[in-house]
Amino acid sequence: MNQFVTQAITLITTAISYGTVIMYGSLGEILTEKSGHLNLGVPGIMYLGGIGGLVGSFIYEMNTANPIPAVCLIIALLSAIICSVLGGLIYSFLTITLRANQNVTGLTLTILGSGVANFFGGSLSKLAGGVGQISVAVTSSAFRATQHLTDGLGAVDRLLFNYGFMVYLAIVIAVLMSFFMNRTSKGLNLRAVGENPATADAAGINVTRYKYLATCTGAAISGLGGLYYVMDYINGTWANDGNIEALGWLAVALVIFATWKPLRAIWGAFLFGALYWLYNYIPGLTRSSQQIFKMLPYVVTIIVLITVSLRHKKEDQPPSSLGLSYFREDR
Amino acid sequence: MHHRGGPRPAVHAFKEGMGLETRTVVEPPAAQEAPRVPAIRMEGITKTFGSIKANVNVSLDIYSGEILSLLGENGSGKTTLMNMLSGIYFPDAGSIYVDGKPVTIKSPKDAIDLHIGMIHQHFKLVNVLTAAENIILGLKGNFVLDLKSVRKAVSDICDRYGFEIDPDKKVYDMSVSEKQTLEIVKVLYRGADYLILDEPTAVLTPQETQKLFGVMRNMKQDGKSIVIITHKLHEVMAISDRVAVLRKGEYVGSVATKDTDPQQLTDMMVGRAVSLNIDRPEPVNIRKCLEVKNLSVVDIEGVTKLDDVSFTAYGGEILGIAGVSGSGQKELLEVVAGLQPARPGSSVIFTDMDGKTSSLIGKTPMEIKKLGVHLAFVPEDRLGMGLVGNLDIADNMLIRTYTEGSGMFVDMKKPHQLAEEIVHDLEVVTPGISTPVRKLSGGNVQKVLVGREISGKPSLLMSAYAVRGLDINTSYTIYRLMNEQKQRGAAVIYVGEDLDVLLELCDRILVLCAGKVSGIVDGRNTTKEQVGLMMTHLGLPEEVKA
Repeated sequence: MNQFVTQAITLITTAISYGTVIMYGSLGEILTEKSGHLNLGVPGIMYLGGIGGLVGSFIYEMNTANPIPAVCLIIALLSAIICSVLGGLIYSFLTITLRANQNVTGLTLTILGSGVANFFGGSLSKLAGGVGQISVAVTSSAFRATQHLTDGLGAVDRLLFNYGFMVYLAIVIAVLMSFFMNRTSKGLNLRAVGENPATADAAGINVTRYKYLATCTGAAISGLGGLYYVMDYINGTWANDGNIEALGWLAVALVIFATWKPLRAIWGAFLFGALYWLYNYIPGLTRSSQQIFKMLPYVVTIIVLITVSLRHKKEDQPPSSLGLSYFREDR
Repeated sequence: MHHRGGPRPAVHAFKEGMGLETRTVVEPPAAQEAPRVPAIRMEGITKTFGSIKANVNVSLDIYSGEILSLLGENGSGKTTLMNMLSGIYFPDAGSIYVDGKPVTIKSPKDAIDLHIGMIHQHFKLVNVLTAAENIILGLKGNFVLDLKSVRKAVSDICDRYGFEIDPDKKVYDMSVSEKQTLEIVKVLYRGADYLILDEPTAVLTPQETQKLFGVMRNMKQDGKSIVIITHKLHEVMAISDRVAVLRKGEYVGSVATKDTDPQQLTDMMVGRAVSLNIDRPEPVNIRKCLEVKNLSVVDIEGVTKLDDVSFTAYGGEILGIAGVSGSGQKELLEVVAGLQPARPGSSVIFTDMDGKTSSLIGKTPMEIKKLGVHLAFVPEDRLGMGLVGNLDIADNMLIRTYTEGSGMFVDMKKPHQLAEEIVHDLEVVTPGISTPVRKLSGGNVQKVLVGREISGKPSLLMSAYAVRGLDINTSYTIYRLMNEQKQRGAAVIYVGEDLDVLLELCDRILVLCAGKVSGIVDGRNTTKEQVGLMMTHLGLPEEVKA
């Protein structure tokens, strides 16, 4: 295998792993936004999901002599989902029930989530005895276990089967979400709620219930992104480097890039991952010129925004009531 | 709930002391002789919003197989009352009976389950969805959407009542009348037996209105009860069997349509005698004021909005502009006001009272003002383009005069005086001139706007839908102000949607059809039907040409 092919394969696999984090965040946010709620707390919720999963499996692994990988998986997934749904509930209660400003609430949630996560991330190493990095080795290897077809060295094997199960789960969720939103009656109702809640309400749809369910389920999906990052991408430890937040903003950008369509978020996420890491494969870059490449995902998002605005296709626009609160008896 | 149990009078007499001295007929004739059981009975309904009493102790009966008109001025609580039947609002007090049984309607879903369907004035449709998707919205069905059976059911309903609808058309591609048809099909698909239509004709041409009335009669023959909310009296007379009148949130009474006339209904609605005739003084001292030639406008998306429009507006007359909404009325006014660019070759020449001419094409509003052109503009979007909602009445006056005053300081005195004058002369209902304009009701907002615009003694006054959403009293005030400007010698351009008003108020009417001039007719000898035809088909009908 020549150098170019090897490099291309490395870039693609990096893009897929990195993109998966973004995809989870983005899929959750698409579901939330389809109900008309712009949750800028995605980075915070991803933080909560990540730290929740880490704390859960850390407690289990510390108190068990021989941790069982399957139990590790379940505990990590459950605690990640519970923590991120709690974040989603805070947001839902404030914006749906109390009708607080969505942008402010979301941004606050991001700050809260990153604060909580980094606080517990720092305390965990103290709990472990204060010796350097903490690690949940069993859980992490369960998350990273791969199922190769052959010996795991061929190009196809390395490109398609070199990942933990959560990479495939993300794609499955995207496909299911797309089916749900476009082909089912509940999905139709959800779209109506995000487009025009007054209409949905008059049609007999329980607007509040749809908003709560979409926002909290969305939070759970976004939170899985944080979990994947912690368990798989950085091998079951905690890093105070703010990377989850950067990924969270990329997820928000990806929602726009994907024009609120889950299937587009799949390849969009991988594209974002590739663009983000492209600088590693361009020779002769300095530390500062690398940063120019790291902004590529945002640049393409802006380009997509411009083209979508110019084409003015109604189906590519955000849900019409995105960001607006709804109260039936408003006059 | 003081009516419960006891026999109810068939007709509620007018409340005493409402100032009906001017008319001898006070008691409306009895509506129903036989003791029919109402399909829906609302009893003692009260609803307040903060300090505003929208409905006070209203009792209303709706019968099967009957078209009931719910008549009242703006803010008289018609829509609020019906919204309590459709589950949008929940009454503070009172009870509702369907088929004699007491019911509680807490949400729109409860209303649907009781077979009550409402077609709201502002359509409740999702733009990016198709007709079929809008129809099944919120209904229990298979988990996976089954649009095929919806299409079948929709075409059955269409055949039965004479609708035409394409189930796969997206709502954003639909015309207003198509959207309305869709709304009606939607409630029928949900099995509604009681249909409430909130001002359904406000946006329809006369021909479309006739078609709607045909459909309503079909539904009535099918045994459905229909309530139509409107304040157009001729429609009440044409379509309904019975009329119920609300005034300031209170129930005034109900009469059988065959036993009443528009004058009596107006008196019931307003609470005192009102002359229904609009003045049209004969034009005097006519002079050329605005000459528009070959005006064409293309919008940002490349769509032609105005195509080779030519006409002349004269000082001392009111030129009406009629057309289906979106036929280029907005663009026409905005080009003259300097808010829109026109295609090359267009010409707009203004002649002021001294005979000095100036071209307005390609000029900004400020340049037009500096030319000494006294131009007044009452735009369609009162709180968007006309006034600033968060500023008070006095500051809104300042918007016209902020360039006056000495040096860098604005003159605050004159705007305050002007605001006081307008509030006093036009009887604007407001706590004071320092009240933000957005807190005023629609009619008072319009009085402030028109008052400011005519205060500059304009030589050209342009207005778009000046009485849209206003009640009869305020509408007549606006007509009077337009006539005053006309008699002062100003050229008045009146873009309107109510053809009856256009034909009574305007000296000449320019009819637009899809951005082209369909013709200019004399308001004195043209019928509504002729104008309606010209709005939808280019050119003058034969009888007008002759």
